[in-house]
Amino acid sequence: MTGQLDPAAGRDTFPKLLLANARERADLPAGREKEYGIWQSWTWREVAEETRALALGLAKLGLAAGESMAIIGSNRPRLYWSMVAAQMNGAVPVPVYQDAVAEEMQFVLDNAGVSFAVVEDQEQVDKILSVQERLPNLRQVIYCDPRGLRNYDHATMHSYHEVQRIGREAEAELGSAIDAKIAAATGTDTCVMLYTSGTTGRPKGVVLSHDNIILTSRASAEFDHLTEKDSILAYLPMAWVGDFIFSMGQAYVSGFCVCCPESADTMMADLREIGPTYFFAPPSIFERLLTTVTIRMEDASATKRWLFRTFMDHARAMSEQRKRGETPGPGAQLKYALGDLLVYGPLKNTLGMSRIRVGYTAGEAIGPDLFTFYRSIGINLKQLFGQTEASVFITQQPDDDVDPDCVGVPTPGVEIRIDEESGEVFYRSPGVFQEYFKNPQATAETKDAEGWVATGDAGFIDERSGQLRILDRANDVGHLADGALFAPKYVENKLKFFPNILEAVVFGDGRESCMAFINIDLNAVGNWAERNNIAFGGYQELAAHPRVYQMIQDNIEATNASLADDPMLSGCQITRFLVLNKELDADDGELTRTRKVRRRIVGEKYATLIDALYGGQDSVYAEIEVTYEDGRKGKIAGTLEIRDLKTFPRRDHAPKAA
Amino acid sequence: MSTHSPHIAEVAESDLEYAHEEVDHGIAPRHVGEVIMDIRNITLRFGGVIAIRDVSFDIREGEIRAIIGPNGAGKSSMLNVINGFYHPQEGEIWFQGAKRGSLKPHQIAKQGIARTFQNIALFSGMSTLDNIMTGRLTRMNKNMLWQALWSGPAEREEIEHRELVEKIIDFLEIQAIRKTPVGRLPYGLQKRVELGRALAAEPTLLLLDEPMAGMNVEEKQDMCRFILDVNDEFGTTIALIEHDMSVVMDIADRVVVLDYGSKIGDGTPDEVRANQAVIDAYLGVSHD
Repeated sequence: MTGQLDPAAGRDTFPKLLLANARERADLPAGREKEYGIWQSWTWREVAEETRALALGLAKLGLAAGESMAIIGSNRPRLYWSMVAAQMNGAVPVPVYQDAVAEEMQFVLDNAGVSFAVVEDQEQVDKILSVQERLPNLRQVIYCDPRGLRNYDHATMHSYHEVQRIGREAEAELGSAIDAKIAAATGTDTCVMLYTSGTTGRPKGVVLSHDNIILTSRASAEFDHLTEKDSILAYLPMAWVGDFIFSMGQAYVSGFCVCCPESADTMMADLREIGPTYFFAPPSIFERLLTTVTIRMEDASATKRWLFRTFMDHARAMSEQRKRGETPGPGAQLKYALGDLLVYGPLKNTLGMSRIRVGYTAGEAIGPDLFTFYRSIGINLKQLFGQTEASVFITQQPDDDVDPDCVGVPTPGVEIRIDEESGEVFYRSPGVFQEYFKNPQATAETKDAEGWVATGDAGFIDERSGQLRILDRANDVGHLADGALFAPKYVENKLKFFPNILEAVVFGDGRESCMAFINIDLNAVGNWAERNNIAFGGYQELAAHPRVYQMIQDNIEATNASLADDPMLSGCQITRFLVLNKELDADDGELTRTRKVRRRIVGEKYATLIDALYGGQDSVYAEIEVTYEDGRKGKIAGTLEIRDLKTFPRRDHAPKAA
Repeated sequence: MSTHSPHIAEVAESDLEYAHEEVDHGIAPRHVGEVIMDIRNITLRFGGVIAIRDVSFDIREGEIRAIIGPNGAGKSSMLNVINGFYHPQEGEIWFQGAKRGSLKPHQIAKQGIARTFQNIALFSGMSTLDNIMTGRLTRMNKNMLWQALWSGPAEREEIEHRELVEKIIDFLEIQAIRKTPVGRLPYGLQKRVELGRALAAEPTLLLLDEPMAGMNVEEKQDMCRFILDVNDEFGTTIALIEHDMSVVMDIADRVVVLDYGSKIGDGTPDEVRANQAVIDAYLGVSHD
């Protein structure tokens, strides 16, 4: 299914939406930015005026229809305006990750063939100048912050204010031409080009039309009842599709206010000051916030600690009760109200989340404890599943039906199909991208003739909640010998949610059962050892301690218990495990630099250990090569204990292993 | 884009043409003007010890002037003389065309000379914002009563000062620590706050006493950038003491070298680097 906006409604492109907002929401705030310690605001009318001045200035400097314009910098209202100013000229905005080094930037700018660049400051100007010889199309650089740029050659460089001044002067000359261009544009025109971060190979430019963005934004905004009264903090990279949808798409469609923090370092303070009603953050940020709270609570007085513990336990108990479908009694409700007054309310205020009506997280698996923590104190945190190629939204969770394991129901307008054989999730929606820029081959590999797009992720529809559940990258999903589904990353994530477990590697593809390597978290377990008077000399000694083994065993058996209940993955219960005597390390090639396990390399390097696990031995002697930080190599030798684990009756209908 | 940018130095035949080219391309060349401070034959004694012996040099408007020398050469004493903390027994100091009498440091501060210290001298219990605000003290005109009442004119005045302080905070990129007590900040940031406090006085002449001492490479680079930007953006004349030679040679316009209280060299970094007396003082002289 694809969709198209009706041009007659006059809301089928961003410039037209801006004009409509300037008419209908003239005096409502469209954006805020903290500058010089004070929040500065712009109304929709002012934004329209500023954007038009810039658009005219760009036209005067020679930006032509069909060209592309790079936008580089942290979230600033002026940079958001420049996107629409480019569109008014029929040009395509290309936001670029501002922390990219000059080389990476050169590839994107060259690939997109940008002729203009609007950048934040001297840092970005310097990067562009350092590669400008290899950017034959680049004609003009426009910067927002003039600091340090006074002595640069201004033949092909202008300040943002200067361009706006030129634009205001050119109103009589070019005004009607711009109006005509705005009126002539339609929803099928390219709206924006976003480069995928490119973890595999070179980044690809994803071309999205106004129809893609506006239809998806409208559907998802209606799903969550976003209105002009909402506000959001724009702090994630502008080059990321999510920011474009939240801070541009949904903001223009619903007319809400986008607030830009003062700097990346002040994000938390700015969050508290603004108190947004709509908030997105990856799980890592939610985790960091919770850690800060936990640490500060440890330092609090005994009374406060008691209050916090008592009421947090109550909140958790109540949310579990709700999950089971029971309604808490009036006593419990009264206690919750008291807790809201004494603990939850102040806590939300400290986190800057008092006003959040809709909160989302996505990008990686979120721990159930973490998820429940935020939900239990009354924050409407939900999950969504999306990609750049879909204009973000594929599925999202409804307010009243939130399961930490699932990622929601399809956003209105999205169709989902799960491949029978591979389990890979496919989708088709009005948001499906037009093409990869200058890369028809990759386009054809990703999107088929009927408009179905492969996500690369394997998943299934959970029969209990009717929502989509994502298991793993489709490439990593395999099968056990009895044919049951094997999703290692899903199980590993479940294990890693225990604070004692830093890394886990699960084996089982083509085998009769799953077995695991565990890395303990030296901080968490070390802390526990100190409190329990267990002396240890280092990682190796602690990892081999019988009580640590017992603790890890309890953790894995708890995981097994929850897996047994799973309709698809109860075959993935772990039957045997060992705790490695060495931490998996990127220097040894066992992890990527972003700390993802390199399954194949670990499998080869530790082949003897895997054989011992499957061979039924109760211990194994191993010599493991390590690389020290200075590049020298050494060996760790020792005998590792292997333990059997309790498994639980399987809920799935797959045949039992013989 | 590269094809459009002329190589100015090659195109221009004369200085005048060069200047025109620069203006055409929107380049405002750095302005180094008249002598702003002239130090004439200064001698400073502490009892029998001669800290500074008959030293003369000048500082021009808009330049970065460095004072270097080995330990105990009299660099900090020299800065304290300029600052009015020490009163030399002999010699004269001319500032902005007038001979300076015997003034107290706060009177000199009012004349437009601000400084930072080798050992950080901030109010450690106060926030970054409040510390920088104290730099505005010499510019506050309302008396204590008004300020205690904090209404009407005093409030308006405070808002004006706060605005300037916020611009400095933005300039030094310390927004995130605006409300943090400076005692909790790492060393490099404290140095930056101290620079902010000196800047808050909107000085004509800024004295920096070893601004990079004890910093790591990255902090040094940041500090260099801030010093150059202060000089470039505000046109502030800067005199700095530093013993990290590489830093000085990179950022200073002119360098004066002291050794055992006497001046042994004065000139551009290149001239000073080639000066035999300077090389001897830094590397030692072979006595064979």
